[in-house]
Amino acid sequence: MPKLTIDRVSKRYRLEREARDVLAFSEVSLSVQEGEFVAIVGPSGCGKTSLLNVVAGLLPFEEGSVTIDGRAVAGPGVDRAVVFQHPSLLPWRTVSGNVRYGMEMQQRFDRETMRGRAEQFVKLVGLDGFQRQYPSELSGGMQQRVNLARALACDPSVLLMDEPFAALDAQTRELMQAELLNIWAESRKTVLFITHQINEALYLADRVIVFGARPGRVKAILEVPFERPRPLSLKRDPRFLALEDPVWRLLEGEPRT
Amino acid sequence: MSFFRRHEAAILGGASALAVVAVWEAAWRAGWISPLFFSGPSAIAARFREDVVEGTLLADMAYSGRNFALGFGLATVTGVVLGILLGWYRRLRLLVDPFVNALYATPRIAMVPLIILWFGIGIWSKVFVVFLSAFFPILVNTIAGVKALDADLLRAARAFCASDRQIFTTVAIPGSVPFILTGVRQGVAHGLIGVVVGEMFAGSQGIGFMIAYGGQTFATDTLFVGVAIVAFAGILLTWMAERLQQRFSRWRPSR
Repeated sequence: MPKLTIDRVSKRYRLEREARDVLAFSEVSLSVQEGEFVAIVGPSGCGKTSLLNVVAGLLPFEEGSVTIDGRAVAGPGVDRAVVFQHPSLLPWRTVSGNVRYGMEMQQRFDRETMRGRAEQFVKLVGLDGFQRQYPSELSGGMQQRVNLARALACDPSVLLMDEPFAALDAQTRELMQAELLNIWAESRKTVLFITHQINEALYLADRVIVFGARPGRVKAILEVPFERPRPLSLKRDPRFLALEDPVWRLLEGEPRT
Repeated sequence: MSFFRRHEAAILGGASALAVVAVWEAAWRAGWISPLFFSGPSAIAARFREDVVEGTLLADMAYSGRNFALGFGLATVTGVVLGILLGWYRRLRLLVDPFVNALYATPRIAMVPLIILWFGIGIWSKVFVVFLSAFFPILVNTIAGVKALDADLLRAARAFCASDRQIFTTVAIPGSVPFILTGVRQGVAHGLIGVVVGEMFAGSQGIGFMIAYGGQTFATDTLFVGVAIVAFAGILLTWMAERLQQRFSRWRPSR
């Protein structure tokens, strides 16, 4: 049985001013196996973030079903943790306090365990020495590390990542991608990763799901054959570029917003 | 940094205040100032000492201070609690909005005779005037603070299964603290007006009464003592509110 199953899920938004519904995405079906890293790639406005919010339990949906380990998703749950596109850190909490935040809300660990795990994950994302800093004192890349550590510390069975590196500069993004793979290699969490960058999806994922827009829908599913660990230089490998090309062509004709 | 640069504000501010007092005192001694309409620093200080030793000044200060503390304390508690509720629950806010807007816009002084009619001329009418003066700035600012909460933070809290109570304590309250403290600062200023005005209308003691009485009996020195005490209380309380504000904004980016 797959870890995460999305079965013919559609999501409608109501446009009050125009008094009509628009489809964010329609009849989306996909599944993610235990320990698998799946990336959804698509143009902006294709409903991929809405899909992630549905899986996170933050967005109600009307048709279809989302199940994790066979249990239907009806709202946020302790089996999931989200890494947001914006760091979304509490500005009045220090790095340690923010990393603890998810665990505190989920109430799955006792106080001592939370402190230990916070320390462990602060170090894992490379922020040792910054425990007492406030988010406003950190760079964008460091803030996203806190965002990631907060989710990982919750020990979710599915990790949901919503374009977490989109707002970073190109070098920082590359570095974060490589580090994410290192971190992931240790835990082998089930990951659903949303991105609009084709090479990011191909570099990170075991499988890439190509999304089309208006309404959002699954256009193609690609297996990524590269063995792990994957060095950053893989992105310049001719085999990698050869894989990138068909995805570009799939997305070329898509409407953009 | 040099000693002067570090204490620039205190040195320049202190020097200008001292200079003004010195010129004032010189003019007073030279007899250029009519004691009927104005007073001099030394005369005010002498009157102050006399009122403390022989008069009822300390009792008046305690009376006004207690009225202020009671009214302001009540206003802070109810203003913050109601402000958070009204900021959070949109429908509730829409229901009470007309009343909040009408009362916020009405000068509280206009309601003092009515309040005396309701609460009598005892301390509760004074406390209520202070309460009403301080309550609205605190309420309105708290509402604004809750409305301005970062939607990303609320979403993150929800995603991590935060209960409503957890969202209140970890996002809504700390997130609106800067606004609440702005409200508290304004509440201090309005509350001080309230305490003076309340005693002026119907009172037999307190600093407000002392000022009104001093005015009616041409006791200009007494009048100045009262004004100076109110001014000093205002400076002290505003300074305390500012310190509180700094204490709670350590996490803010420094400029």
